[in-house]
Amino acid sequence: MSTLRTQKDASTTPPVSLTSRRGWWHRTRDGAFRGAVTGSVLVGLAVLVALIVQSLVEGWPKLNWNLITSFPSSFPEKAGIQSAIFGTFWMVGIVLVVAIPIGVGAAIYMEQFADTEAWYNRFIDVIIQNLAAVPSIVYGILGLAFLARGFLNLGPVVLTAGLTLSFLVLPVVIIASREALRAVPSSILDGALALGATRWQGVSRQVLPAAIPGIATGSILAVSRAIGEAAPLLLLGALQFITFNPTGLNSSFTALPIQIFNWVSRPNVGFHVAAAAAIIVLLCITLLMNAVAIWLRNRFQQTW
Amino acid sequence: MAAVTTERPVSRPLQGLESGRRRYREKIIVGSLFLCAALSIVLTVGIVLALLIPSLEFFGQVSPVEFFTGTEWAPLFKNSQFGVLPLLGGTLVVTLIAAAICLPLGLLAAIYLSEYAARRTRSFVKPILEILAGIPTVVYGFFALTFITPLLRENWLFGTPPGVFNALSAGLVMGIMILPTVASISEDAMYAVPQSLRAGAAALGATKYEISTRVVVPAGLSGIIAAFVLGISRAVGETMIVLIAAGGMPNLTFNPVEAMQTMTAFIGAAGLGDQATGSIGYKTIFAVGISLFVMTLIMNIISIRLVRKYREVYD
Repeated sequence: MSTLRTQKDASTTPPVSLTSRRGWWHRTRDGAFRGAVTGSVLVGLAVLVALIVQSLVEGWPKLNWNLITSFPSSFPEKAGIQSAIFGTFWMVGIVLVVAIPIGVGAAIYMEQFADTEAWYNRFIDVIIQNLAAVPSIVYGILGLAFLARGFLNLGPVVLTAGLTLSFLVLPVVIIASREALRAVPSSILDGALALGATRWQGVSRQVLPAAIPGIATGSILAVSRAIGEAAPLLLLGALQFITFNPTGLNSSFTALPIQIFNWVSRPNVGFHVAAAAAIIVLLCITLLMNAVAIWLRNRFQQTW
Repeated sequence: MAAVTTERPVSRPLQGLESGRRRYREKIIVGSLFLCAALSIVLTVGIVLALLIPSLEFFGQVSPVEFFTGTEWAPLFKNSQFGVLPLLGGTLVVTLIAAAICLPLGLLAAIYLSEYAARRTRSFVKPILEILAGIPTVVYGFFALTFITPLLRENWLFGTPPGVFNALSAGLVMGIMILPTVASISEDAMYAVPQSLRAGAAALGATKYEISTRVVVPAGLSGIIAAFVLGISRAVGETMIVLIAAGGMPNLTFNPVEAMQTMTAFIGAAGLGDQATGSIGYKTIFAVGISLFVMTLIMNIISIRLVRKYREVYD
């Protein structure tokens, strides 16, 4: 070993050598590296557990039915999240109506109809990838400049927030749907075309149904992201004291993450308990959606 | 429809070729699908206009030199100061701490998932790790403020302990939040490395450590760098964690145990203050916003290019 090394080049280890001839150093190094890679995953998992346990421990005293049925209050023991839950539901509704159909439509166009060589389609491709990585607060600025103030001047209402969140998750929906559509082999469409179907008939009746599980997974994850997003809503001016459920698109509202932020940022520690309890509710919703998405992906994943 | 069938009762025609009405309908459908895709252009133009117009007005009132070189940020006070450096510094400190956590851990986690984990272990470890990416950021903020910060304050070994609000705890938690993003994209890049390269190295007697660090990581390097760049871009753009845990004081310092304000946290805090439309306070939101947008845009473009590069090599 040592002679081999000096013969070749003293500064670099030779790429060629047999494991059996290696000494304790190589075995130790391999063992240490195995420990490091496993450890890094364990760190992530440990934080996940710590985060959930911490919320449960802090929020447990206030985790009862009153939390869900009460409205926000200036007394932490009376405060609840009914209006926040309803506000969140309204926003989910708008995202489902706006972002999902447009996102899936855009994905169908990009995957099935677009001429991938055309410059404008390649441009759209890059644009969508960029939009997906734009910080969420910048979408808040977009909503602020055009929807809440400025052009439409709607104020901080359900519609403003719902549209802003729809814009935010649109690229997520498009990218996930494109991947789902791409996974359907082109022979499916070719078969439909050979039988005399038009391209749209083939896409809408053969390709799209085959891609539905993937699209559903992506859409659920997108909605779950919209539910947890707080920064853009803050910027729209949504941090208000709201003791009623939204009555329509033009109604003032509060949402779960906004309510949690409100309580976390108060000095009164009693509100931290309320925040932790609301976090448990929020985590239940988002983790449940994540679990459903993963289950859908595994259950209906098709290999062609 | 009916007209078509009466004209050709014998067999269904080649619809794509023959039915004019059908083709017309199809054109409308494809046209509206194109509009859905084109909305992304409208959104991008909207974001740029939303940021640019008030920013130009802002820079009409405040000189760009003062903005980019001034060391004091107090835009909402009577004696207003518009030096963005404290916000940039805060962003830099928090981002560096987050990067110090998420880049090494993300890369190692990716190596674990791609090279070490058994198929069954991987199939449940990966989704659990991905849950970290699905947790709302406001929850991470709460965790940083009520768990990590007290932990640091009680067990601090180097002089002055961190304050109730500090950049360190926000950065650490942010690093964990970004870990799955870095791990997932890096693992994609490693997965794209052909099996034959690993087999070749193994045939030459390389150990698993050597295969991982000298074959797989170099071969997937462009994708791994893309993951790093995207992770840093996410750290720069993250708002809620810093808003909750790092405090609201613009502070030009590199001491991570002090409270600081990042660019995103300023935007969020200014939004809370309900600035009057058109006031200088309102316009600062956009001036800081466009600086943030340009920074993240550059990183995102680099990242997208790098991902494309590794896809080209092995696809």
